[in-house]
Amino acid sequence: MSPVSRSIIMTGLVTLLGTWGFWLGTDGFTAFTAETARRVEILKSPRPLPPVQLVDQDGHSFSLRDYEGKLLAVDFIYTRCTTLCQSMGMIFKQIRDLIPEESLGRDFMLLSISFDPDHDDSAGLKRYGKAYDADGRVWRIARVPDKAQLESLLDAFGIVVIPDELGEYEHNAALHLIGRDGRLRLISDIDKAVPFAEQVTALL
Amino acid sequence: MLYLLLGTPWARHQLEASMTLHMLVQMPLLVIVGITACRLLPDCWRQRLLDGLGGAIPCVVVAMFVSSYWMLPRALDAALTEPLAEISKFITLPLLVGFLLALSWRRLTLIGRGFVWTNFFSMLAVLGWLYIVAPVRICNSYLVNDQQHAGWYMVILATLLFLWWLGTLLVGDGGGPRKPSIDTDRTPE
Repeated sequence: MSPVSRSIIMTGLVTLLGTWGFWLGTDGFTAFTAETARRVEILKSPRPLPPVQLVDQDGHSFSLRDYEGKLLAVDFIYTRCTTLCQSMGMIFKQIRDLIPEESLGRDFMLLSISFDPDHDDSAGLKRYGKAYDADGRVWRIARVPDKAQLESLLDAFGIVVIPDELGEYEHNAALHLIGRDGRLRLISDIDKAVPFAEQVTALL
Repeated sequence: MLYLLLGTPWARHQLEASMTLHMLVQMPLLVIVGITACRLLPDCWRQRLLDGLGGAIPCVVVAMFVSSYWMLPRALDAALTEPLAEISKFITLPLLVGFLLALSWRRLTLIGRGFVWTNFFSMLAVLGWLYIVAPVRICNSYLVNDQQHAGWYMVILATLLFLWWLGTLLVGDGGGPRKPSIDTDRTPE
């Protein structure tokens, strides 16, 4: 084989391989960030969640398992948050108000989970709940007292929390929907409250 | 030596703590390891290897694919959270970027080198710009601030490297910053 044709064949081969690698690595050129990848993967295969123990703003202990058979919207917060979580609260409130009232509590519930159990005690959660009119039944604000369980929960959801310079946290904030089978089935942007509520309503 | 040093948990922890260090120190150093490794090989081996691989063009294409892949935010995140991705970063950046580029460099003409350089500058600058203006956090593992700093450093670096390369183009042979050490051992082809 002449060097030229060899060069052409090799170039074609590595171009194909490279394109294929990119295709695989980005889920068919759709997911260029880890956050999109997380969402695409959940849509394709809903993910089971660990049965962690939570404590809500009224001090009631419960498990994620208790929600099986219902649709559950989940977000992650910490109550000292001055920026994103404030709007997260508003967005969750908006979603609750968009869902038909007869389904609330019966077929659809909301849960805000704090990933900062050191600072967020029941009183803090209660304050946060009051600010957004979370009743503790349809919409609970909860913490995971056990650190290892919290870790496994964040891991299963794909939430990465990193402390910033101001003593606060940065985290990938999103709206999560857990299906009736207890699996995480949908993740959407926090500014997509209306489409999120529409998707939930369609499933009711 | 440098490779082993970069692979230690301590160095990895330090260099991956911020996006800037990860992208603009650790990764380039890994590439340099590959370049150095290639230079240490005897000339005849390099020639044979290059011919076996089908010449300079496939090597450059592979290097471009691999280097672009490691610029994806997703790949950065994966390297931090998945050990397998981290290992492949430590293998592919030196071997498939540094080594292959150094291997093919002497066969490249002035235009070929210029293509590699300008392609690299523009990718660095565009990506840096994206990092600066992105309204959201692109990497789950890094702070927004960090992302913006990294973006600025990338744009600045791209500009400086471009000016440097332009300078060598005007008064030299366009080999760019790597020119001197590579051209001194030019062999007849």
